[in-house]
Amino acid sequence: MLCQACGLRTATTHIKSMVNGQLSETHLCTECAKKQGYNHMLSDWGGFSSLLGGLLGETPSQEIKRCPNCGASFKEISKSGQIGCAQCYKTFRNQLLPVIQRIHGAAFHKGKAPGNSALRINNPNRQLATVKESPLDEKKRLLKRAIETQNFEEAAILRDQIKEMEENG
Amino acid sequence: MDNLKWYEKTGPSGDVACSTRVRLARNLGNFPFPSRASLEQKEQIAQQVKEALINSNSVISQEFQFLPMDGLTDQAAASMLERRLVSPAFLSNRQGKAILASLDESLSIMINEEDHIRIQVLREGIALKEAAETADRIDTLLGETLNFAFDKDFGYLTQCPTNLGTGMRASLMLHLPCLNESGAMPRIAANLAKLGLTLRGAFGEGSRAVGDMFQLSNQITLGLSEGQAIENLSAIANQLIEEERKLRHEFLESLAWQDKITRAAGTLKSARLLSSSEADQLLSLARLGVCQGTLQGMEPGELSGLGVRVQPATLASSTEQNLNQEQRDQLRAKLVRESCAALREG
Repeated sequence: MLCQACGLRTATTHIKSMVNGQLSETHLCTECAKKQGYNHMLSDWGGFSSLLGGLLGETPSQEIKRCPNCGASFKEISKSGQIGCAQCYKTFRNQLLPVIQRIHGAAFHKGKAPGNSALRINNPNRQLATVKESPLDEKKRLLKRAIETQNFEEAAILRDQIKEMEENG
Repeated sequence: MDNLKWYEKTGPSGDVACSTRVRLARNLGNFPFPSRASLEQKEQIAQQVKEALINSNSVISQEFQFLPMDGLTDQAAASMLERRLVSPAFLSNRQGKAILASLDESLSIMINEEDHIRIQVLREGIALKEAAETADRIDTLLGETLNFAFDKDFGYLTQCPTNLGTGMRASLMLHLPCLNESGAMPRIAANLAKLGLTLRGAFGEGSRAVGDMFQLSNQITLGLSEGQAIENLSAIANQLIEEERKLRHEFLESLAWQDKITRAAGTLKSARLLSSSEADQLLSLARLGVCQGTLQGMEPGELSGLGVRVQPATLASSTEQNLNQEQRDQLRAKLVRESCAALREG
Protein backbone atom coordinates (compact mmCIF):
# COMPACT_ATOMS: atom_id res chain seq x y z
CA MET A 1 0.00 0.00 0.00
CA LEU A 2 1.27 3.44 -0.90
CA CYS A 3 1.29 6.44 1.39
CA GLN A 4 -1.92 8.45 1.05
CA ALA A 5 -0.12 11.74 1.50
CA CYS A 6 2.81 11.52 -0.94
CA GLY A 7 1.76 8.50 -3.01
CA LEU A 8 5.44 7.60 -3.42
CA ARG A 9 6.60 5.50 -0.53
CA THR A 10 5.13 2.42 1.11
CA ALA A 11 2.74 3.18 3.96
CA THR A 12 4.11 1.98 7.28
CA THR A 13 1.97 3.96 9.71
CA HIS A 14 -1.71 3.17 9.92
CA ILE A 15 -3.89 5.56 11.82
CA LYS A 16 -7.42 4.79 12.87
CA SER A 17 -9.36 7.70 14.30
CA MET A 18 -12.85 8.07 15.61
CA VAL A 19 -14.27 11.55 15.11
CA ASN A 20 -17.86 12.10 16.14
CA GLY A 21 -18.63 8.44 15.76
CA GLN A 22 -17.11 8.07 12.29
CA LEU A 23 -14.18 5.76 11.91
CA SER A 24 -11.58 6.87 9.43
CA GLU A 25 -8.35 5.15 8.42
CA THR A 26 -5.24 6.85 7.11
CA HIS A 27 -2.15 5.12 5.78
CA LEU A 28 1.09 7.08 5.71
CA CYS A 29 4.76 6.46 5.07
CA THR A 30 7.17 7.08 7.92
CA GLU A 31 8.22 10.50 6.66
CA CYS A 32 4.73 11.85 6.02
CA ALA A 33 3.57 10.44 9.37
CA LYS A 34 6.36 12.31 11.08
CA LYS A 35 5.46 15.50 9.21
CA GLN A 36 1.86 15.20 10.33
CA GLY A 37 2.88 14.72 13.92
CA TYR A 38 2.08 11.03 14.29
CA ASN A 39 5.25 10.17 16.13
CA HIS A 40 4.86 7.67 18.88
CA MET A 41 4.06 9.63 22.02
CA LEU A 42 6.92 7.99 23.83
CA SER A 43 9.35 7.91 20.92
CA ASP A 44 11.96 9.86 22.83
CA TRP A 45 12.09 7.14 25.40
CA GLY A 46 14.29 4.88 23.36
CA GLY A 47 11.84 3.02 21.19
CA PHE A 48 12.52 0.12 18.92
CA SER A 49 16.19 0.66 18.22
CA SER A 50 17.13 0.60 21.87
CA LEU A 51 14.91 -2.41 22.39
CA LEU A 52 16.73 -4.18 19.60
CA GLY A 53 20.00 -3.04 21.11
CA GLY A 54 19.01 -4.72 24.35
CA LEU A 55 18.15 -7.97 22.61
CA LEU A 56 21.44 -7.99 20.78
CA GLY A 57 23.19 -7.81 24.10
CA GLU A 58 24.74 -4.38 23.63
CA THR A 59 23.78 -3.51 27.17
CA PRO A 60 24.59 -6.24 29.66
CA SER A 61 21.53 -6.75 31.85
CA GLN A 62 23.32 -5.99 35.13
CA GLU A 63 23.94 -2.46 33.89
CA ILE A 64 20.27 -1.69 33.18
CA LYS A 65 19.01 0.85 35.67
CA ARG A 66 15.99 -0.42 37.51
CA CYS A 67 13.65 1.30 39.91
CA PRO A 68 14.71 0.14 43.39
CA ASN A 69 11.08 0.01 44.52
CA CYS A 70 9.19 -1.82 41.77
CA GLY A 71 11.98 -3.14 39.57
CA ALA A 72 10.76 -1.47 36.37
CA SER A 73 13.42 -0.50 33.86
CA PHE A 74 13.02 2.57 31.70
CA LYS A 75 12.70 0.34 28.66
CA GLU A 76 9.72 -1.42 30.18
CA ILE A 77 8.09 1.89 31.03
CA SER A 78 8.57 3.31 27.56
CA LYS A 79 7.29 0.15 25.95
CA SER A 80 4.07 0.03 27.97
CA GLY A 81 3.59 3.79 28.41
CA GLN A 82 2.85 3.05 32.05
CA ILE A 83 4.98 4.19 34.95
CA GLY A 84 5.77 1.39 37.43
CA CYS A 85 5.36 3.15 40.76
CA ALA A 86 5.69 6.51 42.50
CA GLN A 87 9.42 5.95 43.02
CA CYS A 88 9.93 5.60 39.23
CA TYR A 89 9.24 9.32 38.90
CA LYS A 90 12.36 9.92 41.02
CA THR A 91 14.47 7.15 39.52
CA PHE A 92 13.83 8.16 35.90
CA ARG A 93 13.12 11.83 36.48
CA ASN A 94 15.49 13.15 33.82
CA GLN A 95 14.19 10.83 31.14
CA LEU A 96 10.55 11.44 32.05
CA LEU A 97 10.71 15.22 32.22
CA PRO A 98 10.77 15.85 28.43
CA VAL A 99 7.84 13.46 27.95
CA ILE A 100 5.80 15.14 30.67
CA GLN A 101 6.54 18.55 29.21
CA ARG A 102 5.43 17.40 25.79
CA ILE A 103 2.07 16.37 27.25
CA HIS A 104 1.40 19.26 29.59
CA GLY A 105 3.74 22.02 28.47
CA ALA A 106 6.63 23.25 30.59
CA ALA A 107 4.65 23.51 33.78
CA PHE A 108 4.74 22.37 37.37
CA HIS A 109 1.97 21.41 39.72
CA LYS A 110 -0.24 24.25 40.87
CA GLY A 111 -3.16 22.50 42.54
CA LYS A 112 -4.05 20.72 45.74
CA ALA A 113 -1.45 18.97 47.88
CA PRO A 114 -2.16 16.18 50.37
CA GLY A 115 -3.35 17.50 53.71
CA ASN A 116 -4.72 20.75 52.45
CA SER A 117 -8.31 20.88 51.47
CA ALA A 118 -10.50 23.46 49.85
CA LEU A 119 -10.96 24.07 46.23
CA ARG A 120 -11.25 27.76 45.83
CA ILE A 121 -12.66 29.52 42.83
CA ASN A 122 -11.97 33.17 43.48
CA ASN A 123 -13.56 34.74 40.50
CA PRO A 124 -16.06 32.45 38.81
CA ASN A 125 -17.07 35.02 36.20
CA ARG A 126 -13.64 35.38 34.74
CA GLN A 127 -13.21 34.09 31.18
CA LEU A 128 -10.38 31.73 30.22
CA ALA A 129 -7.89 31.72 33.05
CA THR A 130 -4.23 32.16 32.24
CA VAL A 131 -1.40 30.75 34.27
CA LYS A 132 1.01 33.25 35.70
CA GLU A 133 4.50 32.45 34.49
CA SER A 134 7.19 32.03 37.12
CA PRO A 135 10.51 33.92 36.59
CA LEU A 136 12.22 30.60 35.90
CA ASP A 137 9.63 29.60 33.29
CA GLU A 138 10.01 32.99 31.66
CA LYS A 139 13.78 32.55 31.35
CA LYS A 140 13.26 29.05 29.91
CA ARG A 141 10.86 30.40 27.35
CA LEU A 142 13.29 33.17 26.36
CA LEU A 143 16.08 30.60 26.12
CA LYS A 144 14.02 28.46 23.78
CA ARG A 145 13.31 31.47 21.60
CA ALA A 146 16.97 32.56 21.62
CA ILE A 147 18.00 29.11 20.42
CA GLU A 148 15.32 29.07 17.75
CA THR A 149 16.46 32.46 16.43
CA GLN A 150 20.10 31.32 16.69
CA ASN A 151 20.89 34.09 19.13
CA PHE A 152 23.51 32.02 20.93
CA GLU A 153 25.14 34.77 22.99
CA GLU A 154 21.87 35.58 24.65
CA ALA A 155 21.13 31.86 24.99
CA ALA A 156 24.39 31.29 26.86
CA ILE A 157 23.59 34.09 29.33
CA LEU A 158 20.08 32.76 29.87
CA ARG A 159 21.34 29.21 30.29
CA ASP A 160 23.69 30.30 33.07
CA GLN A 161 20.95 32.30 34.76
CA ILE A 162 18.59 29.31 34.65
CA LYS A 163 21.28 27.03 36.04
CA GLU A 164 21.89 29.45 38.89
CA MET A 165 18.17 29.78 39.63
CA GLU A 166 17.68 26.03 39.63
CA GLU A 167 20.64 25.40 41.88
CA ASN A 168 19.46 27.98 44.39
CA GLY A 169 16.09 26.27 44.41
CA MET B 1 -38.10 12.15 43.31
CA ASP B 2 -35.44 11.05 45.79
CA ASN B 3 -35.40 7.47 44.54
CA LEU B 4 -34.18 8.58 41.13
CA LYS B 5 -30.65 7.86 40.06
CA TRP B 6 -28.59 10.95 39.33
CA TYR B 7 -28.88 10.43 35.57
CA GLU B 8 -32.68 10.54 35.62
CA LYS B 9 -32.86 14.05 37.08
CA THR B 10 -32.82 17.37 35.29
CA GLY B 11 -30.28 19.87 36.62
CA PRO B 12 -29.15 23.44 35.92
CA SER B 13 -28.96 24.22 32.16
CA GLY B 14 -30.57 20.80 31.79
CA ASP B 15 -31.86 21.65 28.31
CA VAL B 16 -28.32 21.11 26.99
CA ALA B 17 -26.15 19.92 29.87
CA CYS B 18 -27.23 16.43 30.93
CA SER B 19 -24.62 15.73 33.55
CA THR B 20 -21.36 16.71 35.19
CA ARG B 21 -18.58 14.34 36.16
CA VAL B 22 -15.44 15.05 38.15
CA ARG B 23 -12.87 12.39 38.80
CA LEU B 24 -9.65 12.43 40.76
CA ALA B 25 -6.81 9.96 40.21
CA ARG B 26 -4.83 8.96 43.31
CA ASN B 27 -2.26 6.31 44.10
CA LEU B 28 -0.83 4.87 47.28
CA GLY B 29 2.86 5.70 47.64
CA ASN B 30 3.86 2.33 49.08
CA PHE B 31 2.45 0.05 46.36
CA PRO B 32 3.44 -0.35 42.69
CA PHE B 33 0.90 1.14 40.27
CA PRO B 34 -1.86 -1.32 39.18
CA SER B 35 -0.10 -2.64 36.06
CA ARG B 36 2.83 -3.83 38.20
CA ALA B 37 0.88 -4.76 41.33
CA SER B 38 0.26 -8.41 42.19
CA LEU B 39 -3.24 -9.67 42.84
CA GLU B 40 -2.37 -9.89 46.53
CA GLN B 41 -1.21 -6.27 46.57
CA LYS B 42 -4.37 -5.19 44.75
CA GLU B 43 -6.45 -6.91 47.40
CA GLN B 44 -4.50 -5.11 50.13
CA ILE B 45 -5.05 -1.80 48.34
CA ALA B 46 -8.80 -2.44 48.05
CA GLN B 47 -8.93 -3.33 51.73
CA GLN B 48 -7.05 -0.18 52.77
CA VAL B 49 -9.23 2.10 50.68
CA LYS B 50 -12.38 0.45 51.95
CA GLU B 51 -11.26 0.81 55.55
CA ALA B 52 -10.14 4.41 55.06
CA LEU B 53 -13.63 5.30 53.92
CA ILE B 54 -15.80 3.11 56.12
CA ASN B 55 -13.85 3.76 59.32
CA SER B 56 -13.68 7.49 58.77
CA ASN B 57 -16.86 8.10 60.80
CA SER B 58 -17.82 10.71 58.27
CA VAL B 59 -21.46 11.16 57.30
CA ILE B 60 -20.48 10.63 53.67
CA SER B 61 -19.03 7.16 54.33
CA GLN B 62 -22.35 5.66 55.46
CA GLU B 63 -23.72 5.98 51.96
CA PHE B 64 -21.14 3.70 50.34
CA GLN B 65 -21.42 0.07 49.34
CA PHE B 66 -18.36 -2.07 48.59
CA LEU B 67 -18.55 -4.27 45.48
CA PRO B 68 -15.69 -6.54 44.32
CA MET B 69 -15.77 -6.50 40.51
CA ASP B 70 -14.76 -10.12 39.91
CA GLY B 71 -17.99 -11.29 41.54
CA LEU B 72 -20.18 -9.61 38.93
CA THR B 73 -21.65 -11.09 35.75
CA ASP B 74 -20.42 -9.59 32.46
CA GLN B 75 -23.83 -8.09 31.91
CA ALA B 76 -24.03 -6.40 35.31
CA ALA B 77 -20.54 -5.03 34.73
CA ALA B 78 -21.40 -3.69 31.25
CA SER B 79 -24.48 -2.05 32.66
CA MET B 80 -22.26 -0.17 35.14
CA LEU B 81 -20.47 1.30 32.13
CA GLU B 82 -23.72 2.40 30.53
CA ARG B 83 -24.75 4.01 33.80
CA ARG B 84 -21.37 5.82 33.72
CA LEU B 85 -20.45 4.32 37.05
CA VAL B 86 -17.24 2.81 35.68
CA SER B 87 -14.93 3.35 32.71
CA PRO B 88 -14.41 0.91 29.80
CA ALA B 89 -10.89 0.19 31.09
CA PHE B 90 -12.33 -0.91 34.41
CA LEU B 91 -14.27 -3.77 32.83
CA SER B 92 -11.37 -5.58 31.21
CA ASN B 93 -9.87 -8.21 33.51
CA ARG B 94 -11.87 -7.49 36.63
CA GLN B 95 -9.65 -9.48 39.01
CA GLY B 96 -8.51 -7.45 41.99
CA LYS B 97 -10.76 -4.54 41.08
CA ALA B 98 -13.50 -3.19 43.30
CA ILE B 99 -15.85 -0.27 43.51
CA LEU B 100 -17.24 1.73 46.40
CA ALA B 101 -20.45 3.39 45.29
CA SER B 102 -23.13 5.46 46.95
CA LEU B 103 -26.70 4.20 46.75
CA ASP B 104 -27.82 6.75 44.16
CA GLU B 105 -24.60 6.01 42.20
CA SER B 106 -23.59 9.69 42.17
CA LEU B 107 -20.42 9.06 44.21
CA SER B 108 -18.06 6.22 43.45
CA ILE B 109 -14.50 5.13 44.00
CA MET B 110 -12.99 2.74 41.48
CA ILE B 111 -10.16 0.73 42.98
CA ASN B 112 -7.30 -0.65 40.86
CA GLU B 113 -8.44 0.75 37.56
CA GLU B 114 -5.62 2.59 35.74
CA ASP B 115 -4.73 4.10 39.12
CA HIS B 116 -5.20 2.67 42.61
CA ILE B 117 -8.01 5.11 43.31
CA ARG B 118 -10.37 6.96 41.03
CA ILE B 119 -12.82 9.15 42.92
CA GLN B 120 -15.81 9.97 40.77
CA VAL B 121 -18.64 12.40 41.39
CA LEU B 122 -21.61 12.63 39.04
CA ARG B 123 -24.25 15.33 39.05
CA GLU B 124 -27.22 16.16 36.88
CA GLY B 125 -27.03 19.30 34.74
CA ILE B 126 -24.02 21.60 34.92
CA ALA B 127 -22.63 21.54 38.47
CA LEU B 128 -18.87 21.58 38.06
CA LYS B 129 -18.00 23.51 41.18
CA GLU B 130 -20.27 21.49 43.40
CA ALA B 131 -19.03 18.18 41.99
CA ALA B 132 -15.39 19.25 42.35
CA GLU B 133 -15.97 20.26 45.96
CA THR B 134 -17.54 16.89 46.75
CA ALA B 135 -14.66 15.04 45.09
CA ASP B 136 -12.25 17.24 47.03
CA ARG B 137 -13.97 16.34 50.31
CA ILE B 138 -13.79 12.59 49.61
CA ASP B 139 -10.14 12.99 48.63
CA THR B 140 -9.34 14.87 51.83
CA LEU B 141 -11.16 12.24 53.84
CA LEU B 142 -9.22 9.35 52.25
CA GLY B 143 -5.99 11.33 52.54
CA GLU B 144 -6.35 11.41 56.31
CA THR B 145 -5.42 7.74 56.54
CA LEU B 146 -3.94 6.88 53.13
CA ASN B 147 -0.50 7.96 52.01
CA PHE B 148 -0.98 9.38 48.50
CA ALA B 149 1.94 9.44 46.08
CA PHE B 150 2.79 13.10 45.53
CA ASP B 151 5.69 15.13 44.17
CA LYS B 152 5.90 18.89 44.61
CA ASP B 153 6.67 19.45 40.90
CA PHE B 154 4.53 16.73 39.32
CA GLY B 155 1.66 16.84 41.81
CA TYR B 156 -0.27 13.62 42.40
CA LEU B 157 1.65 10.79 40.74
CA THR B 158 -0.31 8.64 38.32
CA GLN B 159 0.37 5.52 36.29
CA CYS B 160 -0.06 7.43 33.04
CA PRO B 161 1.78 10.77 32.84
CA THR B 162 -1.23 12.39 31.12
CA ASN B 163 -2.99 12.55 34.51
CA LEU B 164 -0.13 14.01 36.54
CA GLY B 165 -0.72 17.14 38.60
CA THR B 166 -4.21 17.55 39.92
CA GLY B 167 -5.22 14.11 38.64
CA MET B 168 -8.53 15.77 37.96
CA ARG B 169 -10.62 15.19 34.87
CA ALA B 170 -13.83 17.23 34.85
CA SER B 171 -16.35 16.58 32.13
CA LEU B 172 -19.79 17.60 31.00
CA MET B 173 -22.23 15.49 29.05
CA LEU B 174 -23.80 17.83 26.54
CA HIS B 175 -26.78 17.14 24.31
CA LEU B 176 -25.93 18.93 21.06
CA PRO B 177 -28.37 17.72 18.37
CA CYS B 178 -28.44 21.00 16.45
CA LEU B 179 -24.71 21.72 16.57
CA ASN B 180 -24.14 18.13 15.45
CA GLU B 181 -26.68 18.47 12.63
CA SER B 182 -25.09 21.75 11.47
CA GLY B 183 -21.81 19.91 10.87
CA ALA B 184 -19.90 22.21 13.21
CA MET B 185 -18.62 19.53 15.57
CA PRO B 186 -15.31 18.64 13.87
CA ARG B 187 -14.34 22.33 13.71
CA ILE B 188 -15.32 22.90 17.33
CA ALA B 189 -13.44 19.80 18.48
CA ALA B 190 -10.30 20.97 16.69
CA ASN B 191 -10.48 24.43 18.27
CA LEU B 192 -11.07 23.02 21.73
CA ALA B 193 -7.95 20.91 21.48
CA LYS B 194 -5.94 24.14 21.27
CA LEU B 195 -7.47 25.27 24.56
CA GLY B 196 -6.51 22.09 26.38
CA LEU B 197 -10.03 20.65 26.26
CA THR B 198 -11.41 17.62 24.43
CA LEU B 199 -14.77 16.81 22.99
CA ARG B 200 -15.70 13.21 22.28
CA GLY B 201 -18.46 10.61 22.16
CA ALA B 202 -20.66 9.82 25.12
CA PHE B 203 -18.63 7.12 26.87
CA GLY B 204 -15.23 8.79 26.70
CA GLU B 205 -12.07 7.73 24.94
CA GLY B 206 -12.61 6.25 21.51
CA SER B 207 -16.37 5.97 21.80
CA ARG B 208 -19.01 7.12 19.36
CA ALA B 209 -21.48 9.93 19.97
CA VAL B 210 -24.66 8.13 21.02
CA GLY B 211 -27.84 10.15 20.54
CA ASP B 212 -26.03 13.47 19.94
CA MET B 213 -24.40 13.22 23.37
CA PHE B 214 -20.91 14.69 23.64
CA GLN B 215 -18.45 14.71 26.47
CA LEU B 216 -16.47 17.91 27.01
CA SER B 217 -13.50 17.59 29.37
CA ASN B 218 -10.21 19.15 30.40
CA GLN B 219 -7.06 17.56 28.99
CA ILE B 220 -4.29 19.38 30.83
CA THR B 221 -3.84 18.47 34.49
CA LEU B 222 -0.37 19.83 35.25
CA GLY B 223 0.30 23.55 35.73
CA LEU B 224 -3.33 24.52 36.26
CA SER B 225 -5.07 24.36 39.61
CA GLU B 226 -8.33 22.45 39.98
CA GLY B 227 -10.19 25.76 40.17
CA GLN B 228 -8.63 27.16 37.01
CA ALA B 229 -9.31 23.99 35.05
CA ILE B 230 -12.95 24.14 36.10
CA GLU B 231 -13.27 27.81 35.23
CA ASN B 232 -11.90 27.15 31.73
CA LEU B 233 -14.27 24.28 31.23
CA SER B 234 -17.32 26.24 32.41
CA ALA B 235 -16.48 29.22 30.22
CA ILE B 236 -16.26 27.06 27.12
CA ALA B 237 -19.27 24.94 28.06
CA ASN B 238 -21.38 28.08 28.44
CA GLN B 239 -20.37 29.23 24.99
CA LEU B 240 -21.27 25.85 23.48
CA ILE B 241 -24.60 25.83 25.34
CA GLU B 242 -25.44 29.29 24.02
CA GLU B 243 -24.54 28.29 20.47
CA GLU B 244 -26.66 25.16 20.69
CA ARG B 245 -29.61 27.14 22.07
CA LYS B 246 -29.39 29.69 19.27
CA LEU B 247 -29.41 26.95 16.66
CA ARG B 248 -32.32 25.20 18.36
CA HIS B 249 -34.45 28.32 18.08
CA GLU B 250 -33.50 28.70 14.46
CA PHE B 251 -34.03 25.05 13.49
CA LEU B 252 -37.30 24.59 15.32
CA GLU B 253 -38.99 27.37 13.43
CA SER B 254 -39.04 25.08 10.42
CA LEU B 255 -41.95 22.74 9.93
CA ALA B 256 -39.56 19.99 8.86
CA TRP B 257 -37.93 19.91 12.32
CA GLN B 258 -41.24 20.12 14.16
CA ASP B 259 -42.37 17.20 12.03
CA LYS B 260 -39.25 15.18 12.87
CA ILE B 261 -39.84 15.72 16.57
CA THR B 262 -43.55 14.97 16.69
CA ARG B 263 -42.99 11.86 14.54
CA ALA B 264 -40.25 10.76 16.95
CA ALA B 265 -42.73 11.13 19.82
CA GLY B 266 -45.27 9.10 17.87
CA THR B 267 -42.82 6.29 17.24
CA LEU B 268 -41.63 6.24 20.86
CA LYS B 269 -45.23 5.94 22.03
CA SER B 270 -46.26 3.23 19.62
CA ALA B 271 -43.28 1.19 18.38
CA ARG B 272 -43.38 -2.57 19.03
CA LEU B 273 -39.71 -3.13 18.14
CA LEU B 274 -36.95 -0.61 18.78
CA SER B 275 -33.28 -1.12 18.04
CA SER B 276 -30.74 0.54 20.28
CA SER B 277 -29.59 3.02 17.64
CA GLU B 278 -33.13 4.00 16.65
CA ALA B 279 -34.03 4.54 20.29
CA ASP B 280 -30.95 6.76 20.72
CA GLN B 281 -31.98 8.91 17.77
CA LEU B 282 -35.66 9.18 18.71
CA LEU B 283 -34.94 9.94 22.36
CA SER B 284 -32.50 12.64 21.28
CA LEU B 285 -35.22 14.27 19.17
CA ALA B 286 -37.82 13.91 21.93
CA ARG B 287 -35.42 15.47 24.43
CA LEU B 288 -34.93 18.37 22.04
CA GLY B 289 -38.69 18.69 21.62
CA VAL B 290 -39.36 18.74 25.36
CA CYS B 291 -36.67 21.37 25.95
CA GLN B 292 -38.03 23.62 23.21
CA GLY B 293 -41.69 23.23 24.05
CA THR B 294 -42.62 21.30 20.89
CA LEU B 295 -43.45 18.40 23.21
CA GLN B 296 -44.53 18.25 26.83
CA GLY B 297 -45.42 15.79 29.56
CA MET B 298 -41.84 14.65 30.34
CA GLU B 299 -38.71 16.18 31.83
CA PRO B 300 -35.49 16.27 29.76
CA GLY B 301 -33.77 14.25 32.52
CA GLU B 302 -36.40 11.52 32.29
CA LEU B 303 -35.64 11.18 28.59
CA SER B 304 -31.87 11.06 29.00
CA GLY B 305 -32.35 8.65 31.90
CA LEU B 306 -34.45 6.48 29.62
CA GLY B 307 -31.63 6.74 27.09
CA VAL B 308 -29.41 5.04 29.68
CA ARG B 309 -31.95 2.36 30.62
CA VAL B 310 -32.44 1.24 26.99
CA GLN B 311 -28.72 0.65 26.39
CA PRO B 312 -28.22 -3.08 25.60
CA ALA B 313 -26.61 -4.32 28.82
CA THR B 314 -28.66 -2.18 31.21
CA LEU B 315 -31.79 -3.33 29.42
CA ALA B 316 -30.71 -6.97 29.56
CA SER B 317 -29.82 -6.76 33.25
CA SER B 318 -33.35 -5.56 34.02
CA THR B 319 -34.64 -9.07 33.33
CA GLU B 320 -33.61 -12.55 34.44
CA GLN B 321 -34.02 -14.17 31.04
CA ASN B 322 -31.49 -14.46 28.27
CA LEU B 323 -32.80 -12.39 25.38
CA ASN B 324 -32.09 -12.61 21.67
CA GLN B 325 -31.95 -9.44 19.59
CA GLU B 326 -35.61 -9.36 18.65
CA GLN B 327 -36.70 -9.98 22.23
CA ARG B 328 -34.38 -7.19 23.33
CA ASP B 329 -35.84 -4.79 20.78
CA GLN B 330 -39.30 -5.81 21.91
CA LEU B 331 -38.48 -5.24 25.57
CA ARG B 332 -36.90 -1.89 24.71
CA ALA B 333 -39.99 -0.79 22.78
CA LYS B 334 -42.23 -1.82 25.68
CA LEU B 335 -40.14 0.09 28.23
CA VAL B 336 -40.05 3.17 26.00
CA ARG B 337 -43.77 3.00 25.23
CA GLU B 338 -44.65 2.83 28.91
CA SER B 339 -42.21 5.56 29.92
CA CYS B 340 -43.31 7.92 27.16
CA ALA B 341 -47.06 7.46 27.68
CA ALA B 342 -47.40 11.02 28.99
CA LEU B 343 -45.45 12.54 26.10
CA ARG B 344 -47.65 14.79 23.95
CA GLU B 345 -47.53 17.81 21.68
CA GLY B 346 -46.93 21.13 23.45
